[in-house]
Amino acid sequence: MSSHNESIIREPLVTGKHITYAQVTEDILVPVENKPNKAWWIGFTLAALGAMLWVFSVSYTFWTGIGAWGLNKTVGWAWDITDFVWWVGIGHAGTLISAVLLIFKQNWRNSINRSAEAMTIFAVICAATYVVAHMGRPWLAYWIFPLPNQFGSLWVNFNSPLVWDAFAISTYFTVSLVFWYTGLLPDIATVRDRATGLRRRIYSIMSFGWTGNVKTWQRFEIVSLILAGISTPLVLSVHTIVSMDFATSLIPGWHATLFPPYFVAGAIFSGFAMVQTLLLITRKVMNFENYITMFHIESMNKIIMTTGSIVGIAYLTELFIAWYSGSEYEMYAFANRIAGPYWWAYWSMMTCNVISPQLFWFKKIRTSIPISWVLSIVVNIGMWFERFVIIVTSLHRDFLPSSWAMFYPTWTDVGVFVGSVGLFFTLFLLFLRVLPSIAMAEVKLLLHSASYQQKLKLVKEGHLKEEHVKFYQQSLTKYDSVSEEEIKEIAK
Amino acid sequence: MSDTKYILGHFEHPDDLMDGIDKLQKGNISIYDVYTPMPIHGIEAKLGVPRSRLPIVAFLCGITGTISGISLLYYTLHKDWPMNIGGKPTLPMPNFVPITFELTILFCALGMVAMFYFRSHLFPGRAPRVMDLRATNDRFVVAIDARINTDHEKIDSLLKDAGAVEVLHNKRKYVSYE
Repeated sequence: MSSHNESIIREPLVTGKHITYAQVTEDILVPVENKPNKAWWIGFTLAALGAMLWVFSVSYTFWTGIGAWGLNKTVGWAWDITDFVWWVGIGHAGTLISAVLLIFKQNWRNSINRSAEAMTIFAVICAATYVVAHMGRPWLAYWIFPLPNQFGSLWVNFNSPLVWDAFAISTYFTVSLVFWYTGLLPDIATVRDRATGLRRRIYSIMSFGWTGNVKTWQRFEIVSLILAGISTPLVLSVHTIVSMDFATSLIPGWHATLFPPYFVAGAIFSGFAMVQTLLLITRKVMNFENYITMFHIESMNKIIMTTGSIVGIAYLTELFIAWYSGSEYEMYAFANRIAGPYWWAYWSMMTCNVISPQLFWFKKIRTSIPISWVLSIVVNIGMWFERFVIIVTSLHRDFLPSSWAMFYPTWTDVGVFVGSVGLFFTLFLLFLRVLPSIAMAEVKLLLHSASYQQKLKLVKEGHLKEEHVKFYQQSLTKYDSVSEEEIKEIAK
Repeated sequence: MSDTKYILGHFEHPDDLMDGIDKLQKGNISIYDVYTPMPIHGIEAKLGVPRSRLPIVAFLCGITGTISGISLLYYTLHKDWPMNIGGKPTLPMPNFVPITFELTILFCALGMVAMFYFRSHLFPGRAPRVMDLRATNDRFVVAIDARINTDHEKIDSLLKDAGAVEVLHNKRKYVSYE
């Protein structure tokens, strides 16, 4: 079987005129094989300071107990669970990109899956720290697992969604890690075969002895496909189960059958926003413009817009059902969200999550890098507020008006959150330096089918319809990595 | 007899590589293995590599996970220490779904990947059996055992005909990593 030609009207996934297999390796390994530049050091210093704040705040929490947080007897869950759900949600994009998009044969995933998966793993690490920290006695965290014990033996309550969550998150983390590392093996082998001395030894151990022979590649592809197949329901199950932490309770505002799909859509929404935040900077600083192209950015913006709209519909459905159910308490919970003391959180959520992604209907906006970046941050802020609104405003006015209270975060709450962002960026920046942040082997697959130069060759061969070529030429104008001469060259 | 152990044909394009394999096979030259920087679709059929049985392993591991999950829940909640939780049954099947599902996925993924690593001899610290350093970068390399296939000139010309950019006669099988 020889490589087949892709339709000309599809946009190229790899741009640049002189990209060869060797060039792909060279370009992608620049950050791995060279000393870091100034931008990286500045980012790393800031992130590491944040990570140190995290270490301090978490240690302080462990030392004094969760009294260090702003919780009270009415609001027993607040910033900790808000941050936990926020991070788990962000951790959904990586496996979604690598699994769901693989099954749907979306080739544009090939150049963004690696960094998105890394991001997933780091986000789940951040999320897991909140689960452990909010237990109050973190040294007994193993109690959530069904271990034989000396209480008779009293097992964990498997009817509780909190126990399901422990299983879901740990399975998700393990499978994501295995998926990510298996995919890394061929690329680590590439680094190994170009390195010398100590670096070669280290990468040799990390490469597991990968050689790239026929049988191993065959197995590799089967393993990737099956992992994608089982990760797809896994990724959906994780946030479904997170939503059940709320939905199986009896609190008005939480007790809703809508929660699982609504949470999953929200997770994909915030995950893609975080991928966008990270990659728009990475492609610029690391010079990956030819591999992470405007097509990738636009596609991700379209997904953000779609999932943002689903989330918007979910908000409105919640409101409608609160009224339509005729349940006085359910309706009060929502009236309190809209116009109660936390109205500003509700309206921040509505603006950031429902209105701002609708701007992506305009092509000018979804193909503008600065606007996309700002909107991706806005979405992340909005998704944080969503969880805050769900958790705090449902709890702070509970069944007894005499115990109604407000929640005020302490410096520890803020420190743990800001610190976890620092921890996340520290891990991500280290990843960029040590491992190839674009899956080289997978990008090489696209080189003779979906690249600018291949399409140029097809046009030059001249068996194509003129309107198709015109259409293709038009689609190139949005690319910031394709120059005007290169576009004109198509017409000749 | 020369002391060449392996002949390596380097190709720059996967189509040329496929062409080279065809030519060698027509010339009755047996191919030892092919090393590529990316998976090449259709090459297994050409080289007669049988289908991978890893999907069967994945299924068996997944089923093991399902059975383990149900057994764990049945034993702990129903048999060993039945608890009255709001008067609900001690075998609430809907509540068993999430954990059974997660364990199915976990066992399936870990079992299949472990079997993949085991069968392909991949583990941390394994000395890489690499024949040419560029095979993980930009070259598609066909390796031919030179002691079984003695007509070296014919191999050379077949490879060059198919568009090989380089033909190496190696006295050592693997690249040394020392």
